[in-house]
Amino acid sequence: MDSQAIATQPVHGHDEHAAHPPYLRHHFATVEQQRETASFGMWLFLLTEIMFFGGMFAAYLIYRNWYYPAFVAGSHQLSIFLGTFNTAVLICSSFTMAMGVHAAEMKWRKPLVGWLLATIVLGCVFLGVKADEYHEKWEKHHVPGLNFSVQDFTHPSAQYKEEPPLPMDMAQKTQVYFSLYFAMTGMHALHMVIGISILLVLVVRAWGGAYTHGHMTTIENFGLYWHFVDIVWIFLFPLLYLISRHQ
Amino acid sequence: MSELSHHEEVDTEPTLHATHIVSPKVYGVIFGVLLLGTGLTVGASYLELGIFNPIVAIAIACIKAVLVILFFMHVKYSSRLTKLTVAAGFFTFIVLITMTLTDYMSRAWGLW
Repeated sequence: MDSQAIATQPVHGHDEHAAHPPYLRHHFATVEQQRETASFGMWLFLLTEIMFFGGMFAAYLIYRNWYYPAFVAGSHQLSIFLGTFNTAVLICSSFTMAMGVHAAEMKWRKPLVGWLLATIVLGCVFLGVKADEYHEKWEKHHVPGLNFSVQDFTHPSAQYKEEPPLPMDMAQKTQVYFSLYFAMTGMHALHMVIGISILLVLVVRAWGGAYTHGHMTTIENFGLYWHFVDIVWIFLFPLLYLISRHQ
Repeated sequence: MSELSHHEEVDTEPTLHATHIVSPKVYGVIFGVLLLGTGLTVGASYLELGIFNPIVAIAIACIKAVLVILFFMHVKYSSRLTKLTVAAGFFTFIVLITMTLTDYMSRAWGLW
């Protein structure tokens, strides 16, 4: 083994180590090790995401215990139908993403593009419904800091006549609920927007065969991200939409 | 050469299951269970369960999350390294929640 072997490795080096696929980087021993390393890195990133959302969940828990009546009144302003619909949409998108990963593993190019496109469409439906909900909050003056009125909580309208009116100090605390609502669903929606942007790039590259001729680690790791965003919503939905609905 | 094969030997162990391909049938079943769980959590929220309302909601959400992690995210079929990483993440999250709540509850004892 002379020093020439290193410089000319792409041409002559293959007697030193077994022939390897072009996508195997030289600092990895095997394709499996490379895949495992990428997956490990992705999970480490997701752990930081867990802690990021975890901080907001911790804040939510504490304020919910302190201002429970305000949280109940705030929660009852959300539409259960839209929340359930969006949860179903997001679970469907997780399913299409999982099927996309499967298509990439089987090296099926067109099914992969199809499943990724379906995931994009479902993600956009989710964001559309979310935007409609935000718009409704704006019209009802339920946006803390920008457009907020306690009117609905101190003098509930006929639509919510079964709701007990809150005293002024507790009614003000619905702002805490709506702040957390916008912070948590907003950060979740931002993750969806980022996810859809990445998906658009992935679809174009998948159409060119990037993940069906080479390795599909990118698709696999993006799938992990997408499912993580789904999991965040699985917790946000009952915590924000379903407080004391039996009242 | 001998060094390389040694590496390969060492690296095969944690990546033994990395190439497992989950079948669409499994994805379909999990998908159905997740939708069912969503229906259940909405239904349960209308029942008068007192203190158990939030507990049931969180329990269903946890079951759904575990299903997503194990099957959609392939952790069930992943290496021990990945399993340990995921477990460490949720353990740290639980520490965050418990220690924070412990502090808040014990400082204003009886006032929360």
